Amino acid sequence: MGYFVVRNLYKSYGKNLVLDDINFSIEKGQVLSIIGRSGCGKTTLLRSLNYLESIDSGEVYLEDELLLSNEFPKKENDIIKKRIHYGLVFQSFNLFPQYNVYQNIELPLKLMEEKRKKDNLPSLLNKRIEEEILELLDKVGLKNKMDIYPSQLSGGQCQRVAIARAMALKPDILCFDEPTSALDPELTGEVLKVILELKVKYHLTMIIVTHEMAFAKTISDKVMFMDGGKIVDYGSPDDVFNSQNEKTKNFLKSSITLNQ
Amino acid sequence: MGQFGSVTLELLNGLASSFFLFILTLLISIPLGLLMCFCTMSKFKPLSWLFQGIVLVLRGTPLMLQIFVIFYVPGLLFGFQWPTMNTGWSWFDATFSTRFIAALVAFGINYAAYFSEIFRGGIQSIPKGQFEAGAVLGMSRREIFRKVILLQMIKRIVPPMGNEIITLVKDTSLANVIAVTELMFRAQQQLNKGLIWPIFYAGLFYFLFNALITYLLKIAERKLEYIKI
Ligand SMILES: Nc1ncnc2c1ncn2[C@@H]1O[C@H](COP(=O)(O)OP(=O)(O)O)[C@@H](O)[C@H]1O
Ligand SMILES: [Mg+2]
Repeated sequence: MGYFVVRNLYKSYGKNLVLDDINFSIEKGQVLSIIGRSGCGKTTLLRSLNYLESIDSGEVYLEDELLLSNEFPKKENDIIKKRIHYGLVFQSFNLFPQYNVYQNIELPLKLMEEKRKKDNLPSLLNKRIEEEILELLDKVGLKNKMDIYPSQLSGGQCQRVAIARAMALKPDILCFDEPTSALDPELTGEVLKVILELKVKYHLTMIIVTHEMAFAKTISDKVMFMDGGKIVDYGSPDDVFNSQNEKTKNFLKSSITLNQ
Repeated sequence: MGQFGSVTLELLNGLASSFFLFILTLLISIPLGLLMCFCTMSKFKPLSWLFQGIVLVLRGTPLMLQIFVIFYVPGLLFGFQWPTMNTGWSWFDATFSTRFIAALVAFGINYAAYFSEIFRGGIQSIPKGQFEAGAVLGMSRREIFRKVILLQMIKRIVPPMGNEIITLVKDTSLANVIAVTELMFRAQQQLNKGLIWPIFYAGLFYFLFNALITYLLKIAERKLEYIKI
């Protein structure tokens, strides 16, 4: 069995089947990109993995630990313990506006440390929390912005803070939902560069929903093309971008014309 | 002491009574309103419906009527008497009478209903992404509310809360219908004695009090300005 395994995942909203038998697995340190038209279920997949939506059936395993099934944990604390395996970076950043850059990262980290202490779990920190946060900000190139409020940052900077914040709890799998879709075109580069560095320098395991095809080609170990809630194509970037599947070909053709 | 001095003293006692009614109403209705707000927003539907109904009635009927009901009905039905409380303050001739306590209960509940709607609007105006960002960062619902939502909500509700608070200052005069010896009651007593000017004098007290509150609200707004939502 692989490092991270998703098996027979189904999810519907009312009569609308949004995730239709999703199966895939990724290895530690690998990057999976998910591509597909708007409305095909990409966001729902990430949200389900992160416990923001309940699923109808299916299982998700991380190193043989059952992370997700249709039996949602009843206690909030149990959900939190599962959730900490993931980080999620949203399209719209969702930084906390009343806190500055430093505090945006400090808040969840401190609260998590308090909870872990109460539960007699080991600390997540390898060094002092201040150093830990500065190191994170350094990774996204924003060490000099730590006392700035989100409203004073550009979209690209906001998203880089959000990435640092998502990494603070040392997730096993870092998920991105169209991290550059809300950005002006000239700002997407700086964010994509940071994400690429996370792979090259730190070997993070990541799942990235993206419309940036060139980026997906470069960064991915695996690419998944979804359509109507189903996985249509899954494989190495070479396989998927040269797929003979009509649906995949059509999608790739339309996204190329869109990008030009 | 001349007439002006004695009337001033009378009115100041009334003002003290009005002020206590005002401040105690806020102390009761803000936490109670938050509780009502959570109940109306509860996922447990019967609880939500019950409190939506309560809020509807409290906002849909005159406060004056509610004051009457709360003062008279428990006595008529159950022989229940609202308690009194003697402050023992020599400068304050109006003890917290049964009438005062009944008025306070009515104000507390009525304003809690108004505040609960403001709180609900405040919470619902905060983007879902804020709750979700907190959640995926491993924060509990309680932590998300206290550390992420609350301050943003406060920023949004300061203006509508300000309106209600200013209305409350003036509404305290409604307690006069069950003869609570608040500011308007005292001014009316002077009127009954044939003195007209104390009514305007009382009006000046209300005005100055609200001017002070308006000023404090401005400061609060300025302090929260750094939060850009
Ligand atoms: N909260 C919801 N309630 C009902 N339907 C939803 C909800 N969220 C998404 N959907 C539907 O699920 C499908 C997949 O949506 P989504 O996962 O957001 O697609 P994508 O991210 O690929 O654009 C769409 O048809 C959408 O209308
Ligand atoms: Mg989406």
